[in-house]
Order: sequence, then C-alpha cells, then structure tokens
Amino acid sequence: MAPKFQGVDFYQMDGLLSEEERAIRDTVRSWVDDNLMPVIGECYIEGRFPKQLIPHMAELGLFGANLPEEYGCAGLNNVAYGLIMQELERGDSGVRSFASVQGGLVMYPIYAFGSEEQKKKWLPELASGKLIGCFGLTEPDFGSNPGGMITVARETKTGWVLNGAKMWITNGSTAGLAIVWAKTGKLEDQSSIRGFIVPTDAKGFTAKDQKGKLSLRASDTSELVLQDVEVGKDALLPKSGGLKSPLMCLTQARYGIAWGAIGAAMACFDEAASYAKNRVMFGKPIGGFQLQQSRLAEMLTEITKAQLLCLQLGRLKDAGTMTPQQVSLAKRNNVDMACECAREARRLLGANGILAEYQSMRHLANLESVYTYEGTHDVHTLVLGQEITGLNAFN
Amino acid sequence: MKIAVCIKRVADSETRVKIAADGTSLDEAGVKFILNPYDEFAVEEALKRKEAAGAGEVVAVAVGGASTQETIRTALAMGVDRGVLLQADTGAADPLAVARALAAELKGGGYDLILLGKAAIDDAHQAVGPMTAELLDLPCVTAITKLEIAGTSGTAEREIEGGVEVVAFPLPAVLTCDKGLNEPRYPALKGIMAAKKKPLETKPFQGSGGGLQVLGMTLPPERQEGKIVGEGAVAVPELVRLLREEAKVL
Amino acid sequence: MSNVLAVLEQRDGALRKVSLEVITGARRLADALGGTVDALVLSAGSVTGVDQVGAIGADTVTTATNAGFARYAPEGFARAIADRAKGGGYGAVVLAATATGKDLAPRVAARLGAAFGADVTDLGVENGAVIATRPVYAGKAQLKVKLAGTPVVLSLRPNVFTPVRSPKAGIAQTVAVPGDAGRVVVREIKAAPAGSLDVAEASIVVSGGRGLKEPANFALLEQLVAAFGGKAALGASRAVVDAGWRPHGDQVGQTGKTVSPSLYVAVGISGAIQHLAGMRTAKCIVAINKDKDAPIFKVADYGIVGDLFEIVPKLTEEIGKLQQ
Repeated sequence: MAPKFQGVDFYQMDGLLSEEERAIRDTVRSWVDDNLMPVIGECYIEGRFPKQLIPHMAELGLFGANLPEEYGCAGLNNVAYGLIMQELERGDSGVRSFASVQGGLVMYPIYAFGSEEQKKKWLPELASGKLIGCFGLTEPDFGSNPGGMITVARETKTGWVLNGAKMWITNGSTAGLAIVWAKTGKLEDQSSIRGFIVPTDAKGFTAKDQKGKLSLRASDTSELVLQDVEVGKDALLPKSGGLKSPLMCLTQARYGIAWGAIGAAMACFDEAASYAKNRVMFGKPIGGFQLQQSRLAEMLTEITKAQLLCLQLGRLKDAGTMTPQQVSLAKRNNVDMACECAREARRLLGANGILAEYQSMRHLANLESVYTYEGTHDVHTLVLGQEITGLNAFN
Repeated sequence: MKIAVCIKRVADSETRVKIAADGTSLDEAGVKFILNPYDEFAVEEALKRKEAAGAGEVVAVAVGGASTQETIRTALAMGVDRGVLLQADTGAADPLAVARALAAELKGGGYDLILLGKAAIDDAHQAVGPMTAELLDLPCVTAITKLEIAGTSGTAEREIEGGVEVVAFPLPAVLTCDKGLNEPRYPALKGIMAAKKKPLETKPFQGSGGGLQVLGMTLPPERQEGKIVGEGAVAVPELVRLLREEAKVL
Repeated sequence: MSNVLAVLEQRDGALRKVSLEVITGARRLADALGGTVDALVLSAGSVTGVDQVGAIGADTVTTATNAGFARYAPEGFARAIADRAKGGGYGAVVLAATATGKDLAPRVAARLGAAFGADVTDLGVENGAVIATRPVYAGKAQLKVKLAGTPVVLSLRPNVFTPVRSPKAGIAQTVAVPGDAGRVVVREIKAAPAGSLDVAEASIVVSGGRGLKEPANFALLEQLVAAFGGKAALGASRAVVDAGWRPHGDQVGQTGKTVSPSLYVAVGISGAIQHLAGMRTAKCIVAINKDKDAPIFKVADYGIVGDLFEIVPKLTEEIGKLQQ
C-alpha cells in the first residue's frame, strides 16, 4: 500500500496559507489517500466514475465549496477551493472534473444568474450530491467557437422549447439536471444566448455515453440530444445573457483546473522521485544518474512556479480583481507543465511506467483532455495575445 | 451526555526521526504535527454518543505548547463543542504530570465519560488514561475496541493475548480507545471554518513532576545488511541450515 | 529501598510464560540495587508454575488471593500491588508490558505517585537511580530515562528479557487480600481459535503481505506456522489488514503490534518503513520476496528471492522434517 502523500512544497508555501486553508487541503489530501487512491486504477481501466464516492464527497462539502453557506455550501475562499481541486486531481483528473462541473459549471451559474427561488430550490440539493448536474455548452461542431452554437430555445405560452445537441458533456449520463445554453434569437445573434435549467428526465431529452475514450476514463462523458424539450418559464436563468454568461462559468472552472493540474504534476513527480531513489540499475539507484536528475529538477521547478502562480491568482480572486486573462495564463501554463511532468515521469519509470499500478501514464492520458478542454492551450495563447496587443487573432 | 476527550498533538507517523541538537528530543524541522490517531477514535466516539443522546457537550482538553491550539481546532472541526489548552512548554513528557494536570481540570466537571486514545504514537506510555482515572477515582477500561452504554453502566471489549476480554463498568468512567472502535469522521470543510468561532480557553499547566527525566534520545542500532541465500525453492535447505547452525534460532 | 517487587501474571490458575521474563528483569535490577526479588502473583487460588521462579532469581514468591481475582480485576489488583509496594520498602515494581500489564502498571504508578517507565527494553542503575531504555516513535528511536523517587514502576517489553538461570530460594507463601475486586469487572474472555498464538508473544512470527495476492493464499502461511509446532504466530502487514484480508490483531508494524521474536519471516512484504519499525528488533529476520530490490532485504539477515508460492511450501516441508 502506498504511504500517505506528503505533498510538494519546495518554497515553503505552506507558510503563506492560513491554518484553515492548510487544514482543508490536508483533509481532502487524506480523503483522497484513503478513499480514491485504492479504487482509481481499477475505475480507470474499467472506464467508470467511482460514483460510490459522491455522498462522501458531498458530506465533506466538496461541491460548490466557494459558494455561500446560506445555500448549503461550505463558504470557503478561493484559495481553499483551489487547494481542493489540486488535491482531487492529485488523485485523478476525471474525479476533479466531476467536482469542477458540479461546483463551477452547474452550481455557479445558478448562483450567478439564477433567481432567489432557483438558488434556494437547486443549490442545497446539488451541494448534497443527491442531484448531479452537467453543463451543456459545447456542440459537435462548435468547440473552440461556442458562440457559433446552433441549439435553440423558442419561447412558448408556458415556457420554452429547446432543440439541439451537445457533446463532450461531463456527468451527462448521470445528471438529473442540465444547464443548457441555447440561442433564443437568430443563429447569428450571440447576444441571444441564454441559460436554461433542464431536468434530464424531460420528454425529448436523451443523454448517451461517449465510448472508446483513452483519456478521462474514470469520468462520464456524454452526448446530449434535445428534441422538442419543453421547460417551464422558471427554467430560464433570468440574469444570463450573451456568450459572456457561459464564459464566466468557464472562468470559474478554469481557475480550478489551473490548481488541479498542479495536483496531477505533484502526483507524477512524487512517484518518479520515489521510484528513482529505490530502483537500482547498474549497481546504483537510477536517481543517481544525471539524465534522471535533470528530469526531476525540471519537474520540481515547474511545479514550484505553478504553485506560486496559483496562490497569487487565488488571492486576486478573493480580492475581486482577478481577470479571465489572468486565469488563461495560469490554465495554459499549468496544464502544459503538468503534461510534461507526467510524460517525463512516465519515461523515468521505464517499463513499469506503462502499468496501471503506477499513476503517471494515467495522469499523462488524462491531462491530454485537460489540455484540450475548458479552452484549448492554443485558445488561451490567443487570449493572452489579444490581451497584450489588443489585436484579435482568433479569425 | 457530557463527555471530555483528552487529546495530544504528535509528530506524524511518516516522520523520519532526527535527533535534536540537545540529544534528548526530536528535531522538529520539517516535521508535520497531527492529532494523535488513537485520539481520533476517542473524539469520534464522543461525538457519536452525544449525537445519539440528542443533547450534551463534548469538550476537548489538551496539554501542550501554544501550537497545540491547532490540534484542538482539528477536534473542534470534527464537531467538538469547545476546547481547553493546558499550556505547558516543559514537563509534559511525564505521563504522571500530565495526568495530574488533566485530573485537576476535569475534576468536578460532571462528565459522564472521559475518553482518550489508548496511546500517543510519539512516546507510547499508554499511561495517561488509567493514571488520570486513578487520580479522579473513576473506573477505567483501556484499549477498548467495542463499547455499549445502557444508562449508568457500560460494557466494553478489549484485546488480550489469545482473546477478547468483555469488561463491565459503571459510569462515570474513563475509557481509552483502540483501533476498531469506530471509523473517525473527516472534519467537514464547513466544520474547519466553524472551528475558529468555537470557544478555546488557554490555562496554565498544573501538572507537577512525575519523576521521569529523559537523559538522551538515540537511534536504534542499525541492523547489518544480511545476505541473499539464493533464488527459488532450491535455496530453502541452505536457509534452514543457516537458521539452525549460524543464527541458532531453530 | 533496594528490593524489587516482580508482578507475575497467571491465567486459569497457571503462571504465564512471560512471568519468567519479569523475574529476569527484576533480578537484573535487584542485583544492581543490592536487594531481593519478591515475586507476586494475584489469583483466586493456587497457581501452578510458581515453583519455577526460584531458579530464575526470585527470592520469594507470594500468591495473593481474593475470590474476585480469578480473572484480571484492575482496581483490586492495583490496590493490592500498591499496598504491598508501599509496605515492603521496594525500590522498584516490575511488570510485563502485556495487555494486562499495560493496563495495570500505570494504575499502580499513579497510586504510588511513582515515576513510570513503560515498555522498557533495557534497565540498570546509575548513581543509585534506576535507568531504563524505552522505544519511542514506533521504534524509530529510543529514550534513556532516569526514574526518580521510590519506588519506581517499570513495565518490560515481552520477548526481550530472555529468562536466565539465577537460582535463589524462591520461598513460597500464600496470603489473602481483603476487600472487593473493584468496580471494573471482567465478565468473560472470548477465546481466540484454539492454538493461535498472539504475534506479540510468539518466539517465531511468520508475516504475510500483498505478495500473497489473495486472502485465501494465507493458508500457505498457516501451514508454515503449523509446521513450527505451536511456537509460531501468523502476522500481517498493514496493507493486507487495511484491505480486509487479515484482522487488525495480526498487524505488525507502526499502527499494529511491535514484535520481538527470535525469528521473523516476512513473506511477500516489501518492507515499508512503517512495517520495519514493528519488527526490527527481532533476533533474526528472513525475507522471501520476488523483487530483489525490495527494501526488506536491507534489514533481513537472510533472504530468498523468488516465487513465494514455490518457496513457502518447500520451507514448510523442511521445517516439518526438523520437528520430527
């Protein structure tokens, strides 16, 4: 059995955290060691999400952790929220994706764009894990360009009728509720995009798992099809309007992902460093050879940089001054460096590195999805480019 | 139910032990400190019993330095109602001194139960619980793995060599808890935030000397690396020969 | 104040083997202090085996009886021992750090206001004061402590004070202890399956880890234990206890039991530091593992690299031949 994870803290960042932030991080770290690590290898191979852990995660308060206590949430600050995502992804990106979606992409839009009735009706149930949600923005033909979506919502006497399809939707097949983004006006009119709370048992709503994934296997990824789905007037998120609304949700999720990637990188580095000290070849541990040391030094450097980046980002978010472009920089950098860490760790592990018994290759595969989703690496590059130059290079 | 839980801040069991410059204690650089794992069973049992009774109070009492407040807050985060720190910078290494301080604090408190972990994972005297009970003249059962309470009497089980003792005792009582008694809860994240709002009193340490003085702390003698006798089942006869003739253990 | 009171243990009217270790430790201390060893055993009636303690070093042995003392009675025992210690001018009271001893010794110490050394692995006298060595941090370090005042109370780690011959008179007597046995009553003892020896007491321990692959494969180790003819106990690493394959009482290592057998055989155990802390004081360690780089080989005196499923049955066979 693997010993308990000790974390990576080369620059004594623990000293920059409050006692509560450390305690929260340590609680989730411990929980992951005891409950997730023993099952994740098997879940990944079998291609299933460990849903037996959902009630436990809810009890701890992991869903919508940075939303207010009055809605049944933990009311934590954003650094604590980030640390939670870091520790979950140290376990597995798919499990962290579940929490990101539930908290950042389902509970957050209801909190930010919903009416008081909607908040009181849905948030406590989502916080409790009894109701699972999913976020329907991406479409089969509209990934990096969500503004081009063709899912539509037409107003009726009693409410709305939705038609369209969404793809790559985490939690889609297990969700009881979907936050669906649809155009209420002409297809060319991005400003007509509104958000809708759609119960997944509504007539005309189907969700189907996407099979054959080689990444995020311990996560449910689905297609959603809406065929004349009727919802009441109370389904509309009244304060939503335009592409800005779903993008604000993505900013929340991306913030968590920037932290999460550090977790995955720490897991791979820790595994590689431990292996390097124990694995003997040519009469000494492989950690004594220059090329392996170089790998480990690179990993530690990148992790340390990313940690400091995220801590400042979290403090800015708590101060209310964080910008989406700042999140883009962190997501882009951290996921990229995590991909490198995972790959180099896998290589250091040699043949053992291809076994599910070791974590690095699973993280390596998962991180490819994390690199692509929530704004691909390239998209965030252009976000920064536009921020720097003022010039739009998207099209 | 009114229950007191006596807890301790200890070095994490993963700690690589380095001796401090004074030669008598642990070098604390880089050491992670946690709530003593056996005390978690005590806290959990206290919370469960208070919840089952529907009313009452659980108090955590600890002896230690100022940083022990963090450990008390861990217990508060799990759901304990209030905490008391008996602040001691020295003298807390002697179990009798600690028991005297705890007894003075707990006396007259009207507790139905006083719970502790069976041992602290650092110095492992396994003594503070039964010593405190003696000083308070309360019945005590140690290292319990099962507990049933009916009104003012209780039954507990404890492991002994070759079996399990079933022990009956009246309340109020002091009990020390062993692994297997329950499954300690994780502090809910909400609980961690609520902990700092709960009362935590600091008082001076009233424990007087128990006569134990540490003269030195050393690492145990290193075992010499032995030899690989051979590979596979064919090496077995040679192993048995060595065990008989060289090691003389057979 | 140079005499030593050695508290022995009986079960079902027979002296437990660990009692001889207590006499040995007490004798060593008494010799250093220049005093006698007075052995004491509490029971409801006569105790067999008390005639053996003289040979190991007891000057006297007292059987203290009370109707409530057939089984361990914490309050009655503590009172009886403390009263005897106060009355007899003892420099030290010595017990075994068994399950009972660990419960009883601190009570006696508190009653006497005495300095207490728990789970001691070495003892002596320096400048007139009792000195003891005891393990801390799960065996990762040891403390040398001085115990002030008289008497002092010590509990001795089992399997460390190997009995040695030191013939003394061993004069036996029986006394009645007045009073009741106390508020805490042992109602019954649920016995473990017949023939199973506790890992902390056995002189040979065979321990299994994840290398066994499945819980059912522990049957292989049970056969090896049986081949040692009643001297061996079956232990387990934390990994297999946490996985639910073996009960917690079998766990050797940091959060389980610390054992000190003459022979410790680690089968399919990699040797994580937490496990090593639990068995590193064994006299002789044998490791069987398919991975020649497993950390356990660094502390083992002898190792065999290979498939345990072939090696263990062969070892069982060879040990069986020896017993014949």
